[in-house]
Amino acid sequence: MNIDLTETTSSQINAALVKARRATGTPAVGMVLTLVIVTDEGNHYDALKAAREASKEHPSRTLVVIKRPGRSPRDRRMARLDAEVRLGGETSGETVLLRLHGELANHAHSVVLPLLLPDAPVVVWWPEEAPDNPVEDLLGQLAARRITDAAATEDPVGTLRQRAETYSPGDTDLAWTRITPWRSMLAAALDQRHSKITSAVVEAEAYNPSSELLGMWLADRLGVPVERVVSDGPGLTAVRLETEDGTICLDRHNGSLAELAMPGQPDRHVALNRRDTAELIAEELRRLDPDEMYAAAIKFGVTKLGSQVAEERVPPSSDARSDASSDAEAGGAGSAAEAPRKTTAAKTGAAKTTAAGKTAGAKPKARKAPAE
Amino acid sequence: MIPMSARGDNPLRDAQDRRLPRIAGPSGLVIFGVTGDLSRKKLMPAVYDLANRGLLPPGFSLVGFARRDWADEDFAQVVHDAVKEHARTPFREEVWQQLAEGFRFVPGEFSDHQAFENLKTTIQDLDKARGTGGNFAFYLSVPPKFFPTVVEQLKKHGLSEGTEDSWRRAVIEKPFGHDLASAQDLNQVVHQVFRPSDVFRIDHYLGKETVQNILALRFANTMFEPLWNRSYVDHVQITMAEDIGIGGRAGYYDGIGAARDVIQNHLLQLLALTAMEEPSSFDAKALVTEKLKVLKAVKLPRELGKHTVRGQYAHGWQGGEEVLGYLEEEGIDSGSRTDAYAAIKLEIDNRRWAGVPFYLRTGKRLGRRVTEIAVVFQRAPHSPFDTAETQELGQNALVIRVQPDEGVTIRFGSKVPGTSMEIRDVTMDFAYGESFTESSPEAYERLLLDVLLGDANLFPRHQEVEQSWRILDPIEAYWDKHGKPEQYTAGTWGPRAADEMLARDGRSWRRP
Repeated sequence: MNIDLTETTSSQINAALVKARRATGTPAVGMVLTLVIVTDEGNHYDALKAAREASKEHPSRTLVVIKRPGRSPRDRRMARLDAEVRLGGETSGETVLLRLHGELANHAHSVVLPLLLPDAPVVVWWPEEAPDNPVEDLLGQLAARRITDAAATEDPVGTLRQRAETYSPGDTDLAWTRITPWRSMLAAALDQRHSKITSAVVEAEAYNPSSELLGMWLADRLGVPVERVVSDGPGLTAVRLETEDGTICLDRHNGSLAELAMPGQPDRHVALNRRDTAELIAEELRRLDPDEMYAAAIKFGVTKLGSQVAEERVPPSSDARSDASSDAEAGGAGSAAEAPRKTTAAKTGAAKTTAAGKTAGAKPKARKAPAE
Repeated sequence: MIPMSARGDNPLRDAQDRRLPRIAGPSGLVIFGVTGDLSRKKLMPAVYDLANRGLLPPGFSLVGFARRDWADEDFAQVVHDAVKEHARTPFREEVWQQLAEGFRFVPGEFSDHQAFENLKTTIQDLDKARGTGGNFAFYLSVPPKFFPTVVEQLKKHGLSEGTEDSWRRAVIEKPFGHDLASAQDLNQVVHQVFRPSDVFRIDHYLGKETVQNILALRFANTMFEPLWNRSYVDHVQITMAEDIGIGGRAGYYDGIGAARDVIQNHLLQLLALTAMEEPSSFDAKALVTEKLKVLKAVKLPRELGKHTVRGQYAHGWQGGEEVLGYLEEEGIDSGSRTDAYAAIKLEIDNRRWAGVPFYLRTGKRLGRRVTEIAVVFQRAPHSPFDTAETQELGQNALVIRVQPDEGVTIRFGSKVPGTSMEIRDVTMDFAYGESFTESSPEAYERLLLDVLLGDANLFPRHQEVEQSWRILDPIEAYWDKHGKPEQYTAGTWGPRAADEMLARDGRSWRRP
């Protein structure tokens, strides 16, 4: 059931929700959370589609905040709220599209606040542009969980640095969610007996913040230098852990079936599928407490990671953006050309300072080098 | 050779890291009787679903053992078909590819020494080729009469003991005997070969989310537990009803009956979880301690004739279909006294429950398929409303719907809108499908994973099995000597005697 409301208010929307629920004959409210998606007219369709998929696992009230500040000064001065209430159909939850015109675009929280489910947690998701400091944002303040996506930004690595600076419990990033299968497979590999790990390498295509996060997580947990190597993708392609007996290698070159090699053991295939956004959101919504592992990984510091010129590999020229919506680790790998980067191995502990010193200046600049 | 000893100090694991799932260590599963229904409909799909969710270790291997002239590929094809038809999660080629590399089939009979030698070689090969590390679980999906042969063969061929720190586990399905003596015999046979802690008895009810939720409901909340005792609870009804008949299971069912088939395991486990005290922690040992304690406190009614009922469904119409009566089913002797319906009253002799009856019932060809636990509360000791006003008010109840439509319902009185004071029952409802994932894992997924992880929380231990038989044996003995099952029309809620049994106590069965 769809109800269109123009020039409306939050209380009229609430009334419409009650009416729609009665009309569909499901007066019981089994929804477990309110998901607020902050986006624009161009991106709301994909985000909403993912949220709808995810709401099969987490029945929720989805509020899509679409900001339309307007182009002309006259448009910007006026303020109007249009809403579209969608209920029933395939999803178990409720969806409200909120179009905030003009000046109202700056006061989204005033519209959202009355529409939150009583007592249920609130999650805010910025599929594209997120505020610099999510927790300070007026919408972010309403939420227990704030989901950003570094892969969707212009400068993914720079964004990671920013997220580390402004981290506050409850923040999380889809670039981190994307690597859960990798992390779990690596942890399973280390459940088996192995000799001491001395260093690690993370190999992924360029502009993929997931690889930085995976690298920082490994460096933080293992206390060894981690290098970052650029490959042709798709997404993450390999993780190599050097041990005294040889290399533990998890290698995935086709984006779905990976090979796990451990010293003294037969090589084995493991399924390591790239997941779509709906699955990522569903995973995010499964736990709403602060993700301390993410905090530890992101605070480790991007600059402390080593990176390596991948033997002057020729960057792929194909446009990866079409792939990026149904993406996985790839994220915003829009412009595929990559910049050669300096090699430095970062060390934790005693060697930390030197490593940090070496990379500090080189890193961000190298990232931004001519990419087209 | 590759033990899990590193698990404790794995730097990549952290208790705070709750995104990482529990993945079983290197291991494999051997299924005896792999051509059976259970194996095709439940086990194989569960293995695939686990793999699809990324919960199986890399190199996980599945070995089938049966009397079929199959090659590995034929076996893989059978699993493929089973997975396609019955798996819960979507079919993904890369998951299948990874999994199928580890499929092996060993043809042979249980008495065939060569076949078990082949099995041993297969396992050793898998250790080399797939890195299963010598860790294997043997799933005995075979009738219990074969248990002794199979476990002895396993012992004889050195399959029941792992080397160094690898493990070997046995998984067995109900029935765990047909009375106390046979259950003890069975346990002895199995325990001669496997350590008690390495034997996993599957009661698939315990793998269900709703059953695990009983503990969460009771012990993670504050609003239910204060009422959960004789001061507030009037009685408890535990029902497991099936709408099907015995189908092709005449050979197994006749002589066993509903009480042995369902009450001894499923319903007494549900009773234990509903009535037990809070365990000191949520581990296998603490749980079994509490469950055992409450099972030991179970008291049978003095007059078994008045407080137990059995029945057989008679020819009738059920849900628009004409169905056969129990005695008309193929393979059933027309003079059979087997119970296709059983209802019993139990009491629990402890401070919490003294005087609160627990009514357990199960049967085939009942109104609909449903399993539920209904905790029925006492009426208010005094009501300011007069009887006319509360005429339509029943007793408050909390109903845990185990299956289908999993959830919890609370029933209480509410004023009917209008000028007069009139109070009527209303319900408050929590449904899993509404608040949680639309597809919670199948019980077998959870249980298989727990076997591979060595987590025994959700498996009844042999002491519980034996204690349950101690409860049921006197009833069966009484039934053996007295009377015969009462006939009830198929598609109804059981024999009239069952209604009379509750009426005698001034109560009535809830219509589930």
